[in-house]
Amino acid sequence: MEHVIFIAILSLSLSAFAFSCYRRLALVSVGKNEYRFDRPLDRLREMLVYAVGQKRVVSRPFGLNHGVIFWAFLVLALANLEFLVSGIFPAVSFALLPAPLHGALLFLFDICSLAALVAVAVAALRRTVNPPFEGARTFEAYLILSMIATLMLAYFVVNGVRIAQGMLPGTTATPVSNLVARLIMATPAAGALEQTGNVFWWIHAVVLLGFMNFLPYSKHMHILTAIPNVFLRSMGKCNSQEREAFQEGNSFGAATVERLSWKDLLDSFSCTECGRCQQACPASSTGKTLNPREMIHAIKENLLQNGAVIDKLSGDLQAERCVSLIGDGKKGNTKARALWSCTSCGACMEACPVFIEHLPKIVKMRRHLVQMEASFPEELLNLFENMEQRSNPWGMAPSERSKWSSQLNLRPFEAGKTEYLLFVGCSGAFDARNKQVSVALTRVLDAAGVSYGVLGKEEKCCGDSVRRLGNEYLFDQMAKETVQQFLSKGVTKVITQCPHCFTTLKNDYRQYGLELEVLHHSELIDRLLREGRLTPARSAETGRVVLHDSCYLGRHNDVYEAPREVLRKATGREVLEMGRNRENAFCCGAGGGRMWLEEHEGTPINRSRVQEALAQQPVTVCVSCPFCMTMFEDGIKEVAGSTTQVKDIAEVVALSL
Amino acid sequence: MLVVACIKQVPDTTQVQIDPVTNTLIRDGIPFIINPYDSHALEESLRLKDNHGFKAVALSMGPPNAEATLRKALALGVDRSILLSDRVFGGADTLSTSNVIAAAIKKLGEQEEVGIVFCGKQTIDGDTAQVGPGIAVRLGYSQLTLVDRIEKIDLVQKTIVVRRKLEGRYEIVEARLPAMITVVRELNRPRYPTVPMRLSSAKAQVECWSNEQLQLDVNSVGLKGSPTWVSRIFSPERKEGEIIGDGMNDPVGAANLLLERLIDGDMLAV
Repeated sequence: MEHVIFIAILSLSLSAFAFSCYRRLALVSVGKNEYRFDRPLDRLREMLVYAVGQKRVVSRPFGLNHGVIFWAFLVLALANLEFLVSGIFPAVSFALLPAPLHGALLFLFDICSLAALVAVAVAALRRTVNPPFEGARTFEAYLILSMIATLMLAYFVVNGVRIAQGMLPGTTATPVSNLVARLIMATPAAGALEQTGNVFWWIHAVVLLGFMNFLPYSKHMHILTAIPNVFLRSMGKCNSQEREAFQEGNSFGAATVERLSWKDLLDSFSCTECGRCQQACPASSTGKTLNPREMIHAIKENLLQNGAVIDKLSGDLQAERCVSLIGDGKKGNTKARALWSCTSCGACMEACPVFIEHLPKIVKMRRHLVQMEASFPEELLNLFENMEQRSNPWGMAPSERSKWSSQLNLRPFEAGKTEYLLFVGCSGAFDARNKQVSVALTRVLDAAGVSYGVLGKEEKCCGDSVRRLGNEYLFDQMAKETVQQFLSKGVTKVITQCPHCFTTLKNDYRQYGLELEVLHHSELIDRLLREGRLTPARSAETGRVVLHDSCYLGRHNDVYEAPREVLRKATGREVLEMGRNRENAFCCGAGGGRMWLEEHEGTPINRSRVQEALAQQPVTVCVSCPFCMTMFEDGIKEVAGSTTQVKDIAEVVALSL
Repeated sequence: MLVVACIKQVPDTTQVQIDPVTNTLIRDGIPFIINPYDSHALEESLRLKDNHGFKAVALSMGPPNAEATLRKALALGVDRSILLSDRVFGGADTLSTSNVIAAAIKKLGEQEEVGIVFCGKQTIDGDTAQVGPGIAVRLGYSQLTLVDRIEKIDLVQKTIVVRRKLEGRYEIVEARLPAMITVVRELNRPRYPTVPMRLSSAKAQVECWSNEQLQLDVNSVGLKGSPTWVSRIFSPERKEGEIIGDGMNDPVGAANLLLERLIDGDMLAV
């Protein structure tokens, strides 16, 4: 009879589970097309390393704890399979296997169950004492932990009873179950072994099936989606955004779920709500409205809320009936103010254990605000008009662009006569402090005998800020102009001193059919030093020097070592590191177009970073980006009595010549 | 009821240079922009459209390439853009310009009642601030200059109350409609075009009116109708500057030297 009841419950559970999964995942298909199946072998490898191997998970505090639960789950999946199968066919079990193999499995299950139990206890303790973020102590989190703990305990009792009954060999292969068997024998339950075994078998069965059916409705959906989500990750860096087709009748950006891609939507189901993105986020951690975790969660909520509309219209969804993704920040939407506080630094994506791509979603929503509603912080009106009319953020006359080099006798770029184009960038050409960097860089290049030319007044802004700010229409115009100019002049190799120009020329312009060899000056100088074309005559007098990683050089383009190597050689001393460095570096606050926006909320991001730098008691803070330069110069000026100087690495190298 | 925004396409003056030989502006390769004050006039006309149900018309007199500016006005949301362009209008001073624009507004008024005409307080190339008042006088409209706030519009009584921004004071003025209003930049914050509007404006029709439509006496327009003309444009001569002190090595000393010089030259007087 029990056997029949179990089969009925199991069939019902499996059907309900399949139906729930189908309902949830069908929602994902409302998203726009995106091809994520190229390089399947590489994808498989990534999945093994990052999902099965939990590489990112274990890299941060308490990650190992998750790893233990996850790996134990993998092993115990076998035990649970046996559990369900023997529920239907009592004669089928691992006991049919050769004894040594059976013993080995029992040992593995015993150890893994214990490990999972301990890890669950640690997780519960951690969530109670030191939660990953405020609001992490949810009923759901504790419910899941207690379900897992119950499963493990029930497993031990069921096995203990069997050992006590002599149905299982009570050898050293099952140390925990043996112990439990002995405990049972010491309690009144010893007189009712059969009943005790039954009760716990049913507890195990009900909790297991309940757990399975709860998954699709909780953040633990990630148990199902995280592994495929890693397989479907962006195989390159998320350092660029897709182009838009500017034709009449098209819509631009995303304010409703169907304007996001299916992968964006799958991301929202894969979020484990671990809170690592918000810890890494410069906006979240300095008191701004943006919280990347909540933004991803809002997309999921939004998708679920709009599920009814989507179902009825079978994918052909009417946006006006849809709850917007951008709104008051309540259930299912994100405040516009939050979207504007993103610095596009990419720390969230670097921290995410399941490779959720936050930045593309933010830019898509910004694109909607700018392009469909012309709604953006007021400072940006001037920026956009200056960029459109004069191709620089300050609205300076284009004829002033070459003024910084009026004393320098630079050569104009000419294909065949000059090897590199030195793309100075707006900051390097117009900003007083960064003009000094440009001059220093030309000194370094000249000292190494590099053949380079400039575009002078003809150079235009690369468009980085407008693209990250979501003004894709304007970026498209600007990119086409510069791409056309490069093609007609035969530019193939470019040196930039700004990581924003660097990434735009290197990664964004590729979408316009322009493949360039782009070197950030730190890379070129590193190469020149290595090849012996540049030899420091003396050590640059910088004192203790600490390096700040630029997000667009480091995290977005993986250039971490070149600036360090250059500094080491130019100063003859070790480079001091801040607590958060390389891929964990903290943004200066100026990326993603934030350079042109006031920081009205929370504490300034640059203040936070400057304090982190000053904790190393440096004489010099070294940067490799004109925006970082401005943010550090401004931040250090605020610190009373600080004599710390900010230098670009080109300036440090120039001092060593 | 119509609201008309008079806008002018001007060379981006930060980029204008003067040909030392001919004493004229070098216009080649200089980008054109909408006169900054006019963009506020345009914005206010769009606000009247949004909030009071006016129909907004953008009007510009200029060479055929001024169409670009009028197209931008369409992208921002005006209902009609009209270019007043004819060889006989060329070389106009402020008097003959206001003749042409006034005639165009009068013609618009034959189709639908004109309530308000907005102009920028002046253009950044001519800087005369005369065309707006000239239009008002020729049309017999109330003339409200230097307006930085629209206080009230009463479409039943056909009156308007505005605030004028004058030196050191404000003036609240009530006037009868129709009125010609010149605006200062504090009046509003111009909007930014949405992409769908930009794309649709690219194909939209900018109407072009020549003297055939306006039927003005050719002696009252263009160079012939202009009692004034520019005889010469030149940059004021500037004495060569000098570097005072050694700012790199002794910034405090250099600053002191500079201060002394400013005080000696009585250049810090308030």
